[in-house]
Amino acid sequence: MNPSRRRVLTASAGLAAAAFFGSSRAFASLEDVEKAISEYTGGTEPAEGVITLTTPEIAENGNSVPVSVSVESAMTDDDYVESVMILAEGNPNPDVATFHFSPASGEAQASTRMRLAQTQNVIAVAKLSSGDIYKVSNNVKVTIGGCGG
Amino acid sequence: MSAKPRIKVPKTASAGDIITIKTLVSHKMESGQRKDKDGSVIPRKIINKFTCDFNGNTVFSCDIDPAVSSNPYFEFKAKVEEAGTFTFTWVDDDGSVIEASKDINLA
Repeated sequence: MNPSRRRVLTASAGLAAAAFFGSSRAFASLEDVEKAISEYTGGTEPAEGVITLTTPEIAENGNSVPVSVSVESAMTDDDYVESVMILAEGNPNPDVATFHFSPASGEAQASTRMRLAQTQNVIAVAKLSSGDIYKVSNNVKVTIGGCGG
Repeated sequence: MSAKPRIKVPKTASAGDIITIKTLVSHKMESGQRKDKDGSVIPRKIINKFTCDFNGNTVFSCDIDPAVSSNPYFEFKAKVEEAGTFTFTWVDDDGSVIEASKDINLA
């Protein structure tokens, strides 16, 4: 292959990538994520444990990534999980969904499918009726992003 | 668009059982991030709220953001103490509501 042709090809591939990831696509910053969490928790520092987040290690298709969250709780009238917020750090908008439970749920467990734009951390934050906050995060590798072009 | 939602609830349960409910509704969940071929942004149109009530009391609900996949699927638990009806509602950005219900009997 003639070297100048190769150089042109590499350069154009770089250009295409720059256009794809460029200015039009603004991803959430870590501050956005911190802000979303503190707004949700009201400033309480989240603790580890109690909450389990299940995501695939590698998601082939970012358009539909299964996510499941469960929180250990007795789920009685005075001690239950109020809600769980799911956040995706590397999406244009970090919010994914907020599940609201009630003592009638029996178990604080829910699943859905979400879109992930790129390889990133997925965070779940649980709020208990006692006011305790728990947080967990999982890394998900995304092969094909799911936010369209 | 307004295809019938698919819902899985057991027909019967014993009092005190915790059952699993699965729901799926057909919806494009247009995220507001995509562009059409002229480069203009396709406006956001998603289901933004899902609620499951049992005999009038909310068991489970979910605030939904554009990062939830198209044809939103939810799986969750409910504790059944009496026979009754589960009512499911999905609220669209344009204000339209999709509703469905399922009965459950005590075994």
